[in-house]
Amino acid sequence: MNRIANAFAASGETENKALIAFIMGGDPDIETTEKLIIAMEQAGVDLFEIGIPFSDPAADGLVIQQASVRALEKGCTADDLLNMVQRLRSGENAAKKITAPITFLTYANSIFAYGKERFMERCRDCGVDGVIVPDIPYEEKEELADVCEKYGIAHISMVAPTSKERTETIAREAEGFLYCVSTLGVTGIREKIRTNVQETIEKVRAVSDIPCAVGFGISTPEQARDMASVSDGVIIGTAIVKIIGEYGRESVEPVRQYVARIKDALS
Amino acid sequence: MKGKFGQYGGQYVAETVMSSLKELERAYQFYLNDAVFKSELKDLLNNYASRPSGLYYAEKMTRDLGGAKIYLKREDLNHTGSHKINNVLGQALLAKKMGKTRVIAETGAGQHGVASATAAALMGLKCEVFMGKEDTERQALNVFRMELLGAKVHPVTSGTMTLKDAVNETLREWASRLDDTHYIVGSAVGPHPFPVMVRDFQKIIGEEIKAQVLEAEGRLPDAIIACVGGGSNAIGAFHDFIGDTTVKLIGCEAAGLGIDHPKNAATMANGTVGILHGMKSYFCQDVYGQIAPVYSISAGLDYPGVGPEHAYLQDTHRAEYVPVTDAEAVDAFNYLSRTEGIIPAIESAHAIAHACKIAGSMGHEKIIVVNLSGRGDKDVASIAKYMGVQINE
Repeated sequence: MNRIANAFAASGETENKALIAFIMGGDPDIETTEKLIIAMEQAGVDLFEIGIPFSDPAADGLVIQQASVRALEKGCTADDLLNMVQRLRSGENAAKKITAPITFLTYANSIFAYGKERFMERCRDCGVDGVIVPDIPYEEKEELADVCEKYGIAHISMVAPTSKERTETIAREAEGFLYCVSTLGVTGIREKIRTNVQETIEKVRAVSDIPCAVGFGISTPEQARDMASVSDGVIIGTAIVKIIGEYGRESVEPVRQYVARIKDALS
Repeated sequence: MKGKFGQYGGQYVAETVMSSLKELERAYQFYLNDAVFKSELKDLLNNYASRPSGLYYAEKMTRDLGGAKIYLKREDLNHTGSHKINNVLGQALLAKKMGKTRVIAETGAGQHGVASATAAALMGLKCEVFMGKEDTERQALNVFRMELLGAKVHPVTSGTMTLKDAVNETLREWASRLDDTHYIVGSAVGPHPFPVMVRDFQKIIGEEIKAQVLEAEGRLPDAIIACVGGGSNAIGAFHDFIGDTTVKLIGCEAAGLGIDHPKNAATMANGTVGILHGMKSYFCQDVYGQIAPVYSISAGLDYPGVGPEHAYLQDTHRAEYVPVTDAEAVDAFNYLSRTEGIIPAIESAHAIAHACKIAGSMGHEKIIVVNLSGRGDKDVASIAKYMGVQINE
């Protein structure tokens, strides 16, 4: 069983839902990103999404846009992040190797500029399990299908509140897990999550066993618990990135505490 | 509709907006062949935007350059002062038919924003325009013009604060409010069906050129020259001539301070294939795919990409794309003003500059048509600044 399936299965057995954390790679610097991942795994994160900073993150709200700017100002590249994952997998800078699945959340252009074949090959070699590409919808997934299959990298699909009859089509071909976008708009914290996510997940479950994780807008333990109650896991991004934005290199401890609180709410 | 031009084009957008693109594609396919829609649009173009625009024989310029005959396609004389109104009237009418009550738009120089605000006022639609903060400063007059027309202008402070960032912000806004809102994309860029639809609403330029030049000269021109940012006026002028292989199609892109200088926006000269703003095309970018902070004196050409159909025309060598610098464009701006009494938009001045370069070496029997895509009133202040002239407003 691959690491992604494992993460959801392990959560299921203990009746815990998976906690998925997003952080922007290289924000505020690579060393801190590395420390954050180690600390968050200890605090109970089941799966990581590492953002590759991009100049034009059109699917992201202000908090993640600013994280992207900070990482780019430090000169963070896809190679830096691939090397970082390799270190985390080999346990070079920690007492213990990171065993949780690691995915890259990246805009299509970062993969294309790198060369999609070379990118996926390096993902495999460094220990990256999947890619989430917000600007490659179902209609364009052929772009990555061959290379993802060749190197065993899961191309994780997204469904949105607007997907409607597209939901089943997407779910049938989904790999790894299905990223269920809770609300309209871009990434960011919402006070209230008005959503038909439960309806979406029911449609998915009618056609597929793929684990469903809910993302966009979630920041409080209550929201996490609510969203987890109808799904297999929750994705938290902006709320963590905001703490990193505030504390910078000192963010490891506050992030660990925050993540532990969310994990608690899911137990 | 496949939405691809060779490998270019496509629909590289978030899943959230896919259903709206599908809805738009269906509506467009339907109204494209709907007699009522077509006659309403024709009426708007003729009676509101004052089409057809003239094809003017620039006799003094022709004599002065001493070679090919030069005709100017006067898109500058359209209502709102540029070709942008052709596309905007089409899309706003379509939005209304689709039951949308609100339109949003990005703008660079402000011409598309003004055209969108105008059409929205006419058709009773709410209008919000996203414009890079830097552009709101260099085109302050157009900001006020949009406000006069009842639109709300949002200065965009992310990224390089120019056109590409305005597109990002409009895409974000659209993703958050799809039900009642149509995004009027201003150039032949973006995800399918926008590049096809914008081209179809602009191809009237080339169709008119063909009829007008045949009437005046009894034959097709030897070259059509247009400026290219995203490329809507160029694709509009070129499209009807793509099958006429004796007609050279020449796009002029903004070379800023020079194609070898870091400050330029010459996508065809310096770009590589990439994905941005929903499309695969050429983009100015670094080896990791970070989009380059491009530059041009012209806000309308200050864009790091180009429409996918142009990328295809470049690869297939059906069209040729040449760089024109700020300095050359400003010279052409002054030249056309003094020679013909026509102040061109600084964008269009890039096309004039190239005509000046090649006309002299062509025979007297040759014919060049330059698409004068917009008028230069909006640029007077920035040209004065460029030339070091103080103006007290």
